[in-house]
Amino acid sequence: MKTNDLILQTATKIVLFIIVLFSIYIFFAGHYTPGGGFVGGLLTAGAIILLLLAFDMKTVAKILPINYMTMTAVGLLFAIGTAAGALLFNVPFLTHAFGDVHLPILGEMALHTATIFDLGVFLVVVGVTMTIIQTIGGDE
Amino acid sequence: MSLLHLAIISPFLLAVLVPILYKLFKKVHTGWFILPLPLVLFVYFVSFVSATSTSQPIIESFTWIEALGIEFTAKIDGLGLLFALLITGIGTLVILYSIYYLSKDKEKLNTFYVYLLLFMGAMLGVVLSDNLIVLYAFWELTSFSSFLLIGYWYDREKSRYGAQKSMLITVFGGLSMLGGIILLYIMTGTFSISEIIAQSDVIFTHPLFVPALLCILLGAFTKSAQFPFHIWLPDAMEAPTPVSAYLHSATMVKAGIYLVARMSPVFADHALWLWLIAGFGIVTLFWGSFSAVKQTDLKAILAFSTISQLGMIMSLLGIGAAALHFDGIDDKYHTIATTAAVFHLINHATFKGSLFMVVGIVDHETGTRDIRRLGGLMQLMPITFTLAIIGSFSMAGLPPFNGFLSKEMFFTAMTHIIDFNVFQLDTWGILFPVIAWIASVFTFIYSMILVFKTFTGKLQPEKLEKKPHEAPIGMLISPIILASLVIIIGFFPNILSVNIIEPALSAIMPEFLFEVHISFWHGFNLELWMTIGVIVLGTLLYLSLAKWRKIYGLFPEKLALNKAYDQGLLFAQNGSFKMTKMYMNGSIRSYLIYIFAFFIAILSSVLFSQNAFKIDLEHAADVRYYEVLLVAVIVIASVAILFVKSRLTSVILLGTVGYTVALFFVNFRAPDLALTQLVIETISVSLFLLCFYHLPKKRNEERMAFKATNLVISIGVGAVVTLIALSAHSTKLFESISQYYVENTYTEAAGKNMVNVILVDFRGFDTLFEIVVLAIASIGIYAMIKLRMKGAK
Repeated sequence: MKTNDLILQTATKIVLFIIVLFSIYIFFAGHYTPGGGFVGGLLTAGAIILLLLAFDMKTVAKILPINYMTMTAVGLLFAIGTAAGALLFNVPFLTHAFGDVHLPILGEMALHTATIFDLGVFLVVVGVTMTIIQTIGGDE
Repeated sequence: MSLLHLAIISPFLLAVLVPILYKLFKKVHTGWFILPLPLVLFVYFVSFVSATSTSQPIIESFTWIEALGIEFTAKIDGLGLLFALLITGIGTLVILYSIYYLSKDKEKLNTFYVYLLLFMGAMLGVVLSDNLIVLYAFWELTSFSSFLLIGYWYDREKSRYGAQKSMLITVFGGLSMLGGIILLYIMTGTFSISEIIAQSDVIFTHPLFVPALLCILLGAFTKSAQFPFHIWLPDAMEAPTPVSAYLHSATMVKAGIYLVARMSPVFADHALWLWLIAGFGIVTLFWGSFSAVKQTDLKAILAFSTISQLGMIMSLLGIGAAALHFDGIDDKYHTIATTAAVFHLINHATFKGSLFMVVGIVDHETGTRDIRRLGGLMQLMPITFTLAIIGSFSMAGLPPFNGFLSKEMFFTAMTHIIDFNVFQLDTWGILFPVIAWIASVFTFIYSMILVFKTFTGKLQPEKLEKKPHEAPIGMLISPIILASLVIIIGFFPNILSVNIIEPALSAIMPEFLFEVHISFWHGFNLELWMTIGVIVLGTLLYLSLAKWRKIYGLFPEKLALNKAYDQGLLFAQNGSFKMTKMYMNGSIRSYLIYIFAFFIAILSSVLFSQNAFKIDLEHAADVRYYEVLLVAVIVIASVAILFVKSRLTSVILLGTVGYTVALFFVNFRAPDLALTQLVIETISVSLFLLCFYHLPKKRNEERMAFKATNLVISIGVGAVVTLIALSAHSTKLFESISQYYVENTYTEAAGKNMVNVILVDFRGFDTLFEIVVLAIASIGIYAMIKLRMKGAK
């Protein structure tokens, strides 16, 4: 069956980037304003799902040749690594460190290890959602 | 952490390196890397000999789990040292032997040596721990490593069967032992064996004393293959022969004996201990030797022989306990029982170890262990034959080997049991020496079968897979060393008595002072006549074996213990299968009904019984008109789901409910929740659509029939959740924690978004596990769908 989804496809090509950008913003902003790794991850996953709806599985797999299971694993590694890293500094598991750092070009920045932990959450959420969608969607 | 602890865990450390060594040095037999460890450990433990024989035991403590009072206390006293020397000494010889026995080209040596080292470390841990929980942990680890080693050739059906059997029986006993340990802890408040022994007076009158005693004995009996738990040992012979020699004759099966000896100071005052151990021991002694005679497999003969010898040592320990139990009798005769037990323990390790190795050589060089196919190997394998003669004659209790000495001491102990004169021992006690003597006759017979059926008679080369020849010298070194020990101990028994046996005895019976002197010649006393009787009758019966062998056929197969074990296992499997099948019918709808029914029943009953339902609307905010509007949308959408025809419409309606809830969050000023809810709703709708694609087309538009149960359950869940939510709002038992977060979010975690800071920082542990659960769920879905597809193809 041939369906006419030109409008959807064209719109997706633009909207996709807006969603992804927004999700990245939401992810970083999470520490001060609403957002965070979980929502950010879900938004990114939503963007990819939109891509899936507009095109088909094979095309998307070509555009984004990502193994989402690996992505989940990497995310877990980030989260657990941040948590366990605290042990190396002789503080309890999951103790975060933060501080203001002066970086070239960017200037004064507040850095927080919670961001790395949150990045782990972000990656796991994207990985898990996409693994599930791909598995169920790819089932013939 | 002391050097002693390091010695105990060193096998585990080496085990970690084994796979690397195996990979790196393919051309060298992995065994050569392992061999130095037990040798070094043996030398290390020998250095303790003078210390344990003169002074107090050496104790090194290392805190493990402080909160539970579990300390890894390593203690070396005479008894522990004796076992440690056996484990490392026999271990060295067995590993040397295994280098020649297991081909480096055909076998997976890395796993073999990992398992073997695992066992060695665990066994050292068992005999050198003073803390019962640590001892228990190592005890179970020996069961596991034994399981792995029996199942080493796991492609064989019988190996798997034997491994499972040994695991089930020994772990069953181990769990019961754990029960006994906990009972001891309840009585004394400590897991330390030394402290429990110090409190043995308190324990003795405690009502839990007898249960604890029974639990501990069950553990010991299963491990040491006492009747009727002995059935796992013959099946354990599926393991490679070095393993049988090491675990299933010299060390692991003696863990039960170790436990009985170790706990003797606690329990031995009680008559039950004495009678149970002596009784089970003597029955095992008889049954093992009686069954050994009918076996045709060389290793099966040795297995039953081991059972029988373990029974003998056990019964000796039981009778030795009488010295503690009965006051006012001549202790000399009863300490001799314990002395004989310890002495025979050593002797058994030497002659049985060498015999197992001899059988391994025969198997290796001829390709069979069946005595009906063997014969006439005497000329072809003269050294092996000599070793077999030494081992078997020692086992049969013939002079001048060490088995003769311990057998004589065994007879002495058994004959003097009549002197006890209590509990009508003058009538029942006579059974002990009689059974012991009959069992010795059978022992003599199977020892002769072992040697003469294999090595004399006619060679049957057509029945053998290989052309038999003498084994390579490397394979012979270990049994030669053991056989030399058999002779040396036979002629000079007292080289062990002062430094090894006496310290071990004083650990078993701390109240006595021992002076052990084992002499070769006692004159023509009763014991010697008993031995002569054994030889005469044994020889006659051996020669007429063919005529009376039929009595084994009289024993009905149905009543055999193995049959009972198999039936029991089958029954348990079928039973649990049927039980599970009753409620696991494969329909998710039924599972949801179970879950929700339990949810309603448990929550509502608990909350009602606790009087927790409380609805107080005083502090509730006023209801505003747009909130009413949102509720109306949710109600209409939910009710409509029940009546719409197409699935697509249901999904869209469900999405409506979800988005409206998101609007509620906006209304309640929770932007984080609102945001998440919106995205989740979007993704789950598309997920639903994907799933619908896979549902059967035909029933797509059919409505599900109305079911009263489902209605009741759904209304029940809704009611319970509503009630809980209202009660939670109305009840304020504690100060709310939110104020804490409000105050500390910026100062402690440098964040301004409280929700996010809670997620990644304050309750980061929750998030960590949540994402782990998510990851597991996705792998689960992946596996479920992908594997099912592969299966279908």
